[in-house]
Amino acid sequence: MKDLVKRFPNQDRDVIRAISFGIVPRECVSLLGPSGCGKTTLLRLLMGIERPTSGTLAIDPSLIGHLSYVFQEPRLVPWRTSLENVLLPLELSGKAVDGSSAEVEELLTLLGLGERLGNFPRELSGGMQMRVALARALITKPKVLLLDEPFAALDERTRFRLQDLLLDLRARLDLQYVFVTHSISEAVYLGDRVFLMDKSGQINTDQPIAFPKRDQLLKVTPEFNDQVSAFARRFTALEGGA
Amino acid sequence: MNAQIRDKAPAWLFLLALLGIWQLIVGQGWVAAYLLPAPSDIYATTVELWPEIWSATQSTLSSIVWGLAASFAIGVTLAIGFFAVPILRRAVLPFCVFFQTVPIIAIAPLLVIWFGFGETTVKASAFIVSLFPILANTLTGLEETDPLLREMFQLYKPSKWKMISKLQIPSAIPYILTGLRISVGLATIGAIVGEFIAGGGLGSLIDSARTQQRVDLVFSGVMASSVLALLLVLSIDLISRLLLRRRPYTRSA
Repeated sequence: MKDLVKRFPNQDRDVIRAISFGIVPRECVSLLGPSGCGKTTLLRLLMGIERPTSGTLAIDPSLIGHLSYVFQEPRLVPWRTSLENVLLPLELSGKAVDGSSAEVEELLTLLGLGERLGNFPRELSGGMQMRVALARALITKPKVLLLDEPFAALDERTRFRLQDLLLDLRARLDLQYVFVTHSISEAVYLGDRVFLMDKSGQINTDQPIAFPKRDQLLKVTPEFNDQVSAFARRFTALEGGA
Repeated sequence: MNAQIRDKAPAWLFLLALLGIWQLIVGQGWVAAYLLPAPSDIYATTVELWPEIWSATQSTLSSIVWGLAASFAIGVTLAIGFFAVPILRRAVLPFCVFFQTVPIIAIAPLLVIWFGFGETTVKASAFIVSLFPILANTLTGLEETDPLLREMFQLYKPSKWKMISKLQIPSAIPYILTGLRISVGLATIGAIVGEFIAGGGLGSLIDSARTQQRVDLVFSGVMASSVLALLLVLSIDLISRLLLRRRPYTRSA
């Protein structure tokens, strides 16, 4: 991505300016920044939901058509059951739909949806709804998943469980993701690298963070907490400086 | 159950009081029976002439159902067409307002000229008055889909028809049902007005009772048509509830 500018018509400032970043193969990154800095906008530009005001958005051609997006809200179709919601992308893009194929079944089991396939979204908890939304994003077999604060509205226990689910999915499906969040500990926990975005829309990339093993126990280790406090200091500096 | 009784009891008590006062006024001769027959007389007439009233009711019901079914089929199809092809909408929709504004009583003689005396005219009359609410409601429903869902659908680059059939039509279902509920009452009016002019059904029963000075029978006919309209509205409500219980169609998540 180069010299990218995005400006919304009702605002007098550019939300994003001149961003260029790359992800190395197999890497998963967190995109961290204060609210209103343009994290979501950047993700939406990547997905093609928004168009740049000027500049070019250049994405690695091998990724085109292999991105998938998870919104902040589950955005499930209320009149479709869990299974029908998961299969929706296939129906819409005119692909063959076989809800009972081994592949679909495997994905649903992986996401822990086995018993909830016939339920409508209103009958599901927030965490379950988000699992359905994740399955819907994964049904198209993307290489890179773009996640826009998907767990922000969930209670802490559910959030932790879904974070671990995401790590598990990553390992099993050979998945890469860009995870947007404003939670520092979530960013450190889920990202091999944390990109810090400041209020002018600039991105500061950083060295990879290596943890031997990522599980919820990691969060109580000093290594983890050192990383979190380091980012917290920089985060505060960014907010103050903007 | 108790709560339900408490809820409904005042209305029933009021009805009983009303009927009692009515019976008293007419029974005492304070109002002439040829202007306002007593409830007991209306009841007796209804029982006596039940076969005629029942067959007239069936005939009216059939015209309403036909007219409403045509409104539903044509209204929903037109709305989808207007939604999918905006130029069609700009060209034709202004003239559809005609269906909303035309006084049905004024156009009924024309319908008789075209379709003759009888059921066809009555059905056409029921159709004309009931088309617009279904058309307008469906169109609103198609247009007012949840923007968040629309954005989610667009991620998968669906064809225009897929978007309409998988998002916009299902979202419009509650609106279509509301349109039907409004239209069923209008179709009843349309059918009875049609029958005044073209004959048959409750409209003709009421009209001929009037010419024979049978005010009691006029009341029976009026009663039958109100009960009919009420039952029709209740059946639409029931169908809506069953449909939405099976699948929760709503505008947004």
